[in-house]
Amino acid sequence: MLYREAGQFKTTYAADQQLFPIRQDRIGIAILLAVVFVGVPLAAETPAIAGAIDFNYWFSGVLIPFLIFSLAALGLNILTGYAGQLSLGTAAFMAVGAFRVPGVPMLASFILAGVVAALIGIVFGLPSLRIKGFYLAVATLAAQFFVVWALTKFGWLSNYSSSGVITAQKLVVFGYAVDTPVKRYLLVLAIVSVMALAAKNMVRSSIGRAWMAVRDMDVAAEVVGIPMMKTKLLAFAISSFYCGVAGALYAFAYLGTVEPAGFELDLSFRILFMIIVGGVGSILGSFLGAAFIVLLPIFMDLSAASIERSFGFALPAGLVSNLTLILFGALIIFFLVVEPLGLARLWQIAKEKLRLWPFPH
Amino acid sequence: MQFFFEVLIGGLLAGVMYSLVALGFVLIYKASGVFNFAQGAMVFFAALTTVGFMSMGAPFWLAVALALLAMVALAFFTERVVLRPLVNQPQITLFMATIGLTFFIEGIAQLTWGAQVHALDLGIADEPIEWLMRNTGMNISKFDLVASGIAAALVAVLAVFFNKTRTGRALRAVADDHQAALAVGISLQRIWVIVWIVAGFVALVTGLLWGARNGVQFALTFLALKALPVLILGGFESIAGAVVGGLIVGASEKLAEVYIGPHVGGGIESWFPYVLALAFLLVRPEGLFGERRIDRV
Repeated sequence: MLYREAGQFKTTYAADQQLFPIRQDRIGIAILLAVVFVGVPLAAETPAIAGAIDFNYWFSGVLIPFLIFSLAALGLNILTGYAGQLSLGTAAFMAVGAFRVPGVPMLASFILAGVVAALIGIVFGLPSLRIKGFYLAVATLAAQFFVVWALTKFGWLSNYSSSGVITAQKLVVFGYAVDTPVKRYLLVLAIVSVMALAAKNMVRSSIGRAWMAVRDMDVAAEVVGIPMMKTKLLAFAISSFYCGVAGALYAFAYLGTVEPAGFELDLSFRILFMIIVGGVGSILGSFLGAAFIVLLPIFMDLSAASIERSFGFALPAGLVSNLTLILFGALIIFFLVVEPLGLARLWQIAKEKLRLWPFPH
Repeated sequence: MQFFFEVLIGGLLAGVMYSLVALGFVLIYKASGVFNFAQGAMVFFAALTTVGFMSMGAPFWLAVALALLAMVALAFFTERVVLRPLVNQPQITLFMATIGLTFFIEGIAQLTWGAQVHALDLGIADEPIEWLMRNTGMNISKFDLVASGIAAALVAVLAVFFNKTRTGRALRAVADDHQAALAVGISLQRIWVIVWIVAGFVALVTGLLWGARNGVQFALTFLALKALPVLILGGFESIAGAVVGGLIVGASEKLAEVYIGPHVGGGIESWFPYVLALAFLLVRPEGLFGERRIDRV
């Protein structure tokens, strides 16, 4: 393998508990951040490269949705993967975030979106104190339907627009207009990176450990003195906060409009699929899953187009979308059967194998 | 008052249809502990297959028989591909697997038969019953009445099947205790296939009735979502609970729509059953007829 952690001894508790305990990992993350923050925008600005690749499409069609869905998947993963509470209402919490208060500065309004979503999340998380499993899933479904209904029905939530559709305001951060795809990409990227690091930090802290204890065995967790109510509600609140911010970004940086119909149950399922495919209970998994679920339909469309081009006949309408549906379903079952911990686990296995390679014993 | 009864009866009849969907859930949950989210997709698939064969020129009964055959094939497929590899996994994993199955079935159904709305004519007129209209002034559809008659017959058949036949008893034994059932020589895999076939049959009946009512279309899959509050009200393990829960949900959502709806802007049918179910959960988490479990949360 490229690197081993041999020789890196931890002498303090802080060193043992840091986010990236291996030096090569830290360097890797730094390089990754440098590439996505500086390299990609620079490449997009360089005429020679920008001429070859359609960066506008890549930013607004692939990278921005990928980052936003990663954030939503991260939120759901905190709730389902770490705290063990299944939620089918992710899209509802995103919808709450998307309907923002006018007249508040942009970044503050994103935070506000998250806070409001967190409050709603606490309300709909209350049943989790009495029920679990499917019953809880149904409770979150109630959130899904109720929130979408409320956003359609109450005029003051949608600025009294007749169809419930609002055109999103222009993105302005500290008086700086975010109007090109590159700028939007950077804004989303910055928010997502900060929140992902915060999540990674959170799950190794006492809160995260309490969540995992509740997930693994709630009675035992209570016996060792973990306050059940606080832990569960906190999971709902923080998960909804992430989803709310993701929803606000989804509406303002990706779609450009806000309409309740965009936050149907289907979206909740897609985000659930992301964490199943990517890895339940893994920060990295949220990103891998989001990438997979965002890229798969694009890949299907592209391959269908190339088949049509090379064989010179038109595929029947709806074939590709139905095939994508079938593929999604099959993949979910495949991952649940073969690798319940998803792509993140595969990555981990690959790393462990490579660590010993080429001498496996 | 007369209006109240009209709404109530209309709601109860709609509730019968919800009960039918819930029945499919209960059957599978009882026998395998799997919460089958794909029941709605199965309803859609069954109805679409019937209509599809009919549009190819098959007579109604042949089309129904072929659709039933498709449901049997689906049952074998599900047992082999989804249930057997996931045996002994947490229930929530199986639940997520059935969400995957839902997408799979929906995709297959639309790929095979196309996505357009089909009309289905069962030969029962959807018109008010005349003498009831004359004598009491209430507007009750003949179709709804026939549909509830079919539903009642179905429940009766299932009750006989579960209580009097050898296979039915084996199903109940599996539902009570997997290991004890295995110990007395009941094959779990066979039972699972049978119960999925029965659920497929129920889905077929549901699909035909709903399809005749609203057209065979993708919206049929959303039925599964309406069945969830029914299950919570009635309890996951009880056939009687599914029926009673369906009636309560049907009646209450219609009454709420008519009497509460106008005050809050209407359209509350979509979420009222859920809120009702949630309120109910807080009081009686195991449902009206469910098995009481002592479970610390």
